[in-house]
Amino acid sequence: MSGASQVLQLTDPLPLDGGSELAQAEIAYETYGTLADDRSNAILICHALTGDQYVASTHPVTGKPGWWERMVGPGKPIDTDRYFVVCANVIGSCMGSSGPASLAADGKPYAMRFPVITIRDMVRGLVALLDALGIERLHAVVGGSMGGMQALSLAANWPERATRVLVIASTSRHSAQNIAFHELGRQAVMADPNWCGGDYYAADAQPDSGLAVARMAAHITYLSEEALTEKFGRNLQDRETKSFGFDADFQVESYLRYQGSGFTRRFDANSYLYITRAMDYFDLAEEHGGKLADAFAGTTARFCLVSFDSDWLYPTSESRHVVHALNAAGAAVSFVELSAPHGHDSFLLDVPALDRVVKGFLE
Amino acid sequence: MSVLRPDLAAIAEAIAPGTRVLDIGCGDGTLLGELRATKQVDARGIEIDPACVERCVAQGLSVVQGDADSALADYPDKGFDYAVLSQTLQTARRPDLMLDQLLRVGKQAFVSFPNFAHWRTRAALMFGGRMPVTRSIPVSWYETQNIHHVTVKDFRELAREKGARIEREWFFAGEKPVAGASNLRAEFAVFLLSR
Repeated sequence: MSGASQVLQLTDPLPLDGGSELAQAEIAYETYGTLADDRSNAILICHALTGDQYVASTHPVTGKPGWWERMVGPGKPIDTDRYFVVCANVIGSCMGSSGPASLAADGKPYAMRFPVITIRDMVRGLVALLDALGIERLHAVVGGSMGGMQALSLAANWPERATRVLVIASTSRHSAQNIAFHELGRQAVMADPNWCGGDYYAADAQPDSGLAVARMAAHITYLSEEALTEKFGRNLQDRETKSFGFDADFQVESYLRYQGSGFTRRFDANSYLYITRAMDYFDLAEEHGGKLADAFAGTTARFCLVSFDSDWLYPTSESRHVVHALNAAGAAVSFVELSAPHGHDSFLLDVPALDRVVKGFLE
Repeated sequence: MSVLRPDLAAIAEAIAPGTRVLDIGCGDGTLLGELRATKQVDARGIEIDPACVERCVAQGLSVVQGDADSALADYPDKGFDYAVLSQTLQTARRPDLMLDQLLRVGKQAFVSFPNFAHWRTRAALMFGGRMPVTRSIPVSWYETQNIHHVTVKDFRELAREKGARIEREWFFAGEKPVAGASNLRAEFAVFLLSR
């Protein structure tokens, strides 16, 4: 179940919202289960900002289990004994799909020559993959966080492609606060002297410190204050007293540093810039004349939105905003706010109620 | 439909097949599930308890978690053939405003509620001198969700004030229908309104 993903080489250039197109784009993907003869049992799972196609298989770089193995697999809520599950790396990322680290026509990495992409561009790539796999209509499209944005974008722009749309801990637009946190991360990357305007691929040193700081800041937004307090409190890290210096005295500091440095080993700094930009540009209403309900006009899909009470990154009010628009469009929509202590990351963690909702909605 | 509560059974029986129905305070989806199975309705619900919403979603029902007092505002005018409010009116912060909302989102509205003027309730208050705890109003005053008790007579008056027409009405004592002297004899009332 591990190792190199399959890669689809697109024959046609991929048109992009920015006006340019991406020639010879590649989409790396994993599949699980078996596609039924009538091709009716496919579920597309869309990954989050730093996620990848290894939803239920070992990550080739970290050797860790897939990022949603608790949800996807034989007998799991997204049951690969019944469904044919597809998960692809989004364009702009760095796990095999075309991104800034990929080689351009001149044989050198694109770096900052890679076009700025949007969530809809990512979905355009995913739709091209579905076309190549012969999947006309998905049983469901499922995504958490940025994956939820892709699911909403697919439902709005390719409404005939999915029967069910499951959106977890997500939003239809990035708020000023969301953009602000992302800008902090991007500035951290770009302030790293090793970033070199994005041309660091051939260099000995990579912009790891900047990317690590970006990840540390983002990681705080993925957790609730309660979760941080519960996990670390004011506990000191491997010491009895404060050092009166700037080592990682506190456990929470040590944890964040560990998260930051671990991230740099598996993620490309330029990809981080491009994908956060795509998320910041996301505003589904804006794409549809300023009215979110119009994005879903005439949809026949069933929707389910899930939020978590401790998620302050994409709070319940954002999900309700989408539900409101879906109701106004007359769409079949379910919504539930689940109680979980972990903050935004709850969608990846042990929340049994989420398992039941996901399983039930997919029936 | 024998498993349904009598007020829900009356509502289920009266709903035309293939219509769009919004059940406000739909609980675990009993009525919606029945309507979907027997009347092929497009069934939607609003429910405040996440555990109930979860059970509804697991049955494939489209249910939105929310507070009936505020969530109705999110729905377009006359988007449903029927809006159903069963045993919930008396828990609303403003039953009059909720009735307005019901008649706005539904072309017709079902409302069911326990009748506070039932003789048992009257007797409990008159002879016991305390807030009634009866079969239809089983929870003590300090912990009941019923913050606006209402009688059949009161409801008729409210409907009249709101310009609503009473299309049909049903009255029950326990499981049995009641005919005549409804404000005294009915434990539960169901009205079908339009405006």
